Amino acid sequence: MLRYIALRAVLAILVAFTVSLAAFLLLNVATDPAHAIAGEDATPDVVEAIRARYGLDRPLPVRYADWLGGVVRGDFGESYYWHKPVAELVADRADETITLALSALAVTIAIAVPLGALAALNPNSWIDRFALGVAVSAQAVPNFWLGLIMIILFGVTFPIFPVSGDDTWRHFVLPAFVLGASSVPAVMRLTRTGLIEVMGADYIRTARSKGFRGWQLLRRHALRNAMLPVISVLAVQLGQKFGGSVITESIFAINGLGRLALESILGADIPTVQMLIFVFAIVFVVMNLIADILNAALDPRIRIG
Amino acid sequence: MTDTDITLAAVEAEHDTDTLTPGQIFRRRMFGHTGFLIGAGLIGLIVLIAIFAPLLAPHDPFAQSLSSRMLPPIWSEGGSPDHLLGTDQNGRDYLSRLIYGTRVSITIGIGAATIGLLIGVTLGVLAGYFGGWADHAISFLLTAQLALPGLLLAMALVFIIGPSIWVVIGIVGVLHWTYYLVVTRAATQRIRNLDFVAAAAASGAGARQILWHEILPNLMSSIIVIFTFELGIAILAESSLSFLGVGIQPPTPSWGLMIAEGKQAMFYRPWLVILPGICLFLLVIGANLMGDGLRDVTSPEGRDG
Repeated sequence: MLRYIALRAVLAILVAFTVSLAAFLLLNVATDPAHAIAGEDATPDVVEAIRARYGLDRPLPVRYADWLGGVVRGDFGESYYWHKPVAELVADRADETITLALSALAVTIAIAVPLGALAALNPNSWIDRFALGVAVSAQAVPNFWLGLIMIILFGVTFPIFPVSGDDTWRHFVLPAFVLGASSVPAVMRLTRTGLIEVMGADYIRTARSKGFRGWQLLRRHALRNAMLPVISVLAVQLGQKFGGSVITESIFAINGLGRLALESILGADIPTVQMLIFVFAIVFVVMNLIADILNAALDPRIRIG
Repeated sequence: MTDTDITLAAVEAEHDTDTLTPGQIFRRRMFGHTGFLIGAGLIGLIVLIAIFAPLLAPHDPFAQSLSSRMLPPIWSEGGSPDHLLGTDQNGRDYLSRLIYGTRVSITIGIGAATIGLLIGVTLGVLAGYFGGWADHAISFLLTAQLALPGLLLAMALVFIIGPSIWVVIGIVGVLHWTYYLVVTRAATQRIRNLDFVAAAAASGAGARQILWHEILPNLMSSIIVIFTFELGIAILAESSLSFLGVGIQPPTPSWGLMIAEGKQAMFYRPWLVILPGICLFLLVIGANLMGDGLRDVTSPEGRDG
């Protein structure tokens, strides 16, 4: 078990640094950051001055090593745009995004798991068709559009929840719904197929013959096994929520990491973009690692096999 | 799925198959699948609209008119038959812009899904066929790609390189190949060990010939299914980028950009936001239904997925 976890952890760290290298290369080689900072109308002199000012005239490997050395010490460089340490900027705004991502995940679970379970217990019934319809539609709705429709609905027609800002929990209701809705199809389908598979298993027949029925059967025997794949997909989805926060936060004016990402991209603030890509990748990798460990802990076939 | 699989499964599924060829069975099942018919119908219709846009559009989509700004659609008070779906904030005919918007979405969907296909299938077939180190390296690449916050990186790259339709196609394509890889890798691993591949190898075929003539033809149906899904994913990615201002630029009519432009006026002119969203929804749900249908028709065992 420990060996398995250690192996996954080493892989996770390798992945995180590969991602940081890829992001660094893409952001610095595909283009000239000095040009992006200076803007379209800058004279060559200005571009040269910027290049020297930010150390962009040094060779790429030196710059990456420099960046990596800083990361190990917790120093992600200084923001070109806000002229503050990037790590400070990110730390200031992380709260809102963590709150948003967790509440979005709660919304996903609250909608997808019961719907998937009901669909699995009544295959080919109207509820199964309804669940499939929800999944197919949710997959096709542009997330940003759903957000705007919510704002139109709740901003004017039913002013129950605020549509902009991040001061109270009520501000997070609509954004969490919008961000959470995007994961409903995947989680719903997985719950449904998992449960259908489990319900056909021999031990369920045994449990039935011992007199277990309905909710008891579901809770004590079926759900536990059906939830194994769902747990890993939930962890992955939580990781993706951070990346997905870009759209939701900019629509609902939440001052979190997603909005910081958009602002720093539009401000050509490469150190901030670089750190955010790294942080989001780390979150994703850690969530996957947790999912692997949870699955190994719950399912002996994995840790032995 | 291999051809043999399809034929066998189809033979089991239908009783009077003695006189039918596999192609006939395939067509019969395709035309009996409601979801597929709706999806293919939607996609076909939208592609036709894109091709014949100049004939269908009642006005020039770029022609501004300051005297007729934000006219409501025909069914609202003050609507006029001259502008069936009203006009936008620059007085441009909304129906004509929506019609021309199909061109942007279809071009980007097909372009990006093709780039992803080339990358993903190449890597998937190589990893699945050669195994060993090639497989380890490619699997690591897959994990790293999954950890990359795609939208964030795409935004940054489009912004720095400079937004144009070709840049958007390239970047969305380069970031969406994992699905192809996962499926073709697994399928290649399975096909590699089948008798007809061994027969080809025994008769002196090299790796190159086996990959092109034995493996790839048997992957075609899975690849087409994924391509259909990726079409929808790429179209949504483009619309998100354009909505955030780092995709298609004005005055080109892109549905995502039109939603962004309509956002300022959405409380009193909601159709400016609602209509392009419905277009996106129909196009993407069409692609998804078509993909679901093709998967059902080509692989009976994938029906519950």
